[in-house]
Amino acid sequence: MRVLVIEDDAQLASYLAKAFGEIGASVDRAENGRDGLFLAAGNRYDAMVIDRMLPELDGLAIIRTLRASGNPTPVLVLSALGEVDHRVEGLRAGGDDYLVKPFAFSELHARIEALLRRATPGDAPVTSLSVADLELDLLKREVYRAGQPIALQPREFKLLEYLMRHAGQVVTRTMLLEHVWDYHFDPQTNVIDVHISRLRAKIDKDFEPPLLQTVRGAGYMLRAD
Amino acid sequence: MSRPARLMSSRAKARRAWRWLRVTLKRRWLSAALGPTLNRWQHTSRFTLTSSTFRLALLYMLLVGVSVAILLGFIYWSTAGYMARQTDATIGAEIEGLAEQYRRRGLAGLSTLIAERIARDPQGASIYLLTQPNGTPIIGNLDSWPPVAPDVDGWVQFRTQHATPGKARVEHQTRAQVFRLRGDLRLLVGRDVRELVALRNLVLDAIGWGLAITVGLALLGGWLMGAGIARRLDVINQVSREIMRGDLSRRVPSAGTGDDFDQLAENLNRMLERIEALMLSIRQVSDNIAHDLRTPLSRLRHRLELLRGSALNAEASAEVEVAIADADELLSAFNALLRIARIEAGSRRAAFADLDPLPLLHDVAELYEPLATESRQAIEVAWADGGARSNDGSNDGDACRLHADRDLLFQALANLVDNAIKHTPDGGHIRLRADCSDEAVELSVSDDGPGIPPELREKVLQRFFRIDASRAAPGHGLGLSLVQAVAQLHGASLSLEDAAPGLRVRLRLPKQRPGSEMRERGWD
Repeated sequence: MRVLVIEDDAQLASYLAKAFGEIGASVDRAENGRDGLFLAAGNRYDAMVIDRMLPELDGLAIIRTLRASGNPTPVLVLSALGEVDHRVEGLRAGGDDYLVKPFAFSELHARIEALLRRATPGDAPVTSLSVADLELDLLKREVYRAGQPIALQPREFKLLEYLMRHAGQVVTRTMLLEHVWDYHFDPQTNVIDVHISRLRAKIDKDFEPPLLQTVRGAGYMLRAD
Repeated sequence: MSRPARLMSSRAKARRAWRWLRVTLKRRWLSAALGPTLNRWQHTSRFTLTSSTFRLALLYMLLVGVSVAILLGFIYWSTAGYMARQTDATIGAEIEGLAEQYRRRGLAGLSTLIAERIARDPQGASIYLLTQPNGTPIIGNLDSWPPVAPDVDGWVQFRTQHATPGKARVEHQTRAQVFRLRGDLRLLVGRDVRELVALRNLVLDAIGWGLAITVGLALLGGWLMGAGIARRLDVINQVSREIMRGDLSRRVPSAGTGDDFDQLAENLNRMLERIEALMLSIRQVSDNIAHDLRTPLSRLRHRLELLRGSALNAEASAEVEVAIADADELLSAFNALLRIARIEAGSRRAAFADLDPLPLLHDVAELYEPLATESRQAIEVAWADGGARSNDGSNDGDACRLHADRDLLFQALANLVDNAIKHTPDGGHIRLRADCSDEAVELSVSDDGPGIPPELREKVLQRFFRIDASRAAPGHGLGLSLVQAVAQLHGASLSLEDAAPGLRVRLRLPKQRPGSEMRERGWD
């Protein structure tokens, strides 16, 4: 995986380079908007992490330029500005996701993974999802584990669907709030954990092996092994 | 009719006019002009009978009225008085002429002179009468001796039907002096003062009306002047009240004339700016601390994360995990603080959209339901919108539509429900409710927990304030501050009430835009 990081905070940039290096990705770095745009336009990357406020050229301007020239590389916008309308602006400019500083690398990583998955071309319309012996029928809206039907509430179904679509990837609590509940907000308590443990009781309790796993310090992952 | 009666009648006229003025002032003017004022006083308490406006109007009227009365009195004295004195002087001169003749040529000469003078004066401006002691006229243009007793100086004033050749008999007013000559002959010499009296009446009338008009104008002027001052004071009072209600950004408008009121407004505004700057700097200090500490803190967290990834023994990595959790807690407090600061500073409404709040309530309830179930608490959602909504909750009417920021509103409701779950004992009930009307949408979250004592209800909205009993519970004491910031951004009012038992937090969101609402409040 090849990632471009355009970030003027040298400390944060080197931290990102190191963290990406640890998960086996190669990182190119640019410290201002102009160099960043130059790199982005001249090379092929799997994903880009672009800070919103950059010297010389604004992050959103870079994204607009890339999109205007037909570059489809997934872009995650980093910003110190967390308000919802800033998020809306960032997404409108062509960003694929938006992350507010400060963030945990696990969050950034999970989101980049999700972006890469989304960018994979050639997906036929999916009618059913399966992980190990867990099956989810999107048309009939039914769930089976080892052939046995499992009754789920509509929100639990949506939660499981999201986890299954990102099977094998870490999914953070914020990502779940944003995509399953469709709200950008900061829960004071870990409300998501309770929903997960409910879901876990339904799909994992009477079966082996457990599929829904907690990734410490990051989030959750649905995994077969 | 006698002389005093006639004079009395002109005085009576003036008195009648004055009485009319008084009665009218009392009835018509007071009810017409003060009526609305008094009515308004009931609403705003700005025009009382003891208010400066009313007193100023009265004082103004009194000052102008007295001044004008003195002035008019002087004019009366110097015009009407002067003419009366002139008449007396003319009569005196006539008498002197007659006396001279009488001394020189006796009674015959006197009679001849009188006859001559009567002949020379066909208008009958001069009046003469010479009679025998028994009252039989010898000569003169008066039919008979007037039935009026003279005063000590021999002056009489009387009315007479004076015959002018070729004309109808006209009633005349005469002022004359009477003498006794030798042999008990009586002589009367006088002037027709009809015109003088008419003139005096005219002047009196003019003075009466002038005074009445002056008093009316003075009252009106005083009232206008007072009302103008009161209006400007009222604006200052209005702004002060709004500032006391918490809107420190309000300023006293100035009329731009640079007068005393503008100076007052300017000083008040400068004072307000100073206060606002001081408050802002206090707030900014805490926000700056949060902002400046956030960067090193997130670096610390990054380093800890890298450390976790490297080869550590189990004990060390558990410690790192705890350290990361601590850093996260700090970061979330700082983030909440900055978020509040941003929302409070925000005139940002880019994310505002029309929305139905009921799905929001259901989503909040659904999100927190598992958490509540863990404490055997129940969450209910209810609404009332005057029948616009059918039983399944779908919205047919516009009663429940709001112009709001969906995510922030959700955040506020989530904070309230989160608090309710934390502070309500096991088995409690939490109710989310929407009451929609044409003016506002009222969202409330109530519980049947211990509630908040009335004296602490203001304080819990302050940043970092926590009731001692809840210090053990997780959280950083910013939840309600955030709710308040969201309420302010939406122009909503936030109130904490006793739900008997428990606490009810009520968020009242006006339907009109807060900006226009404020403008209207300024001109009620």
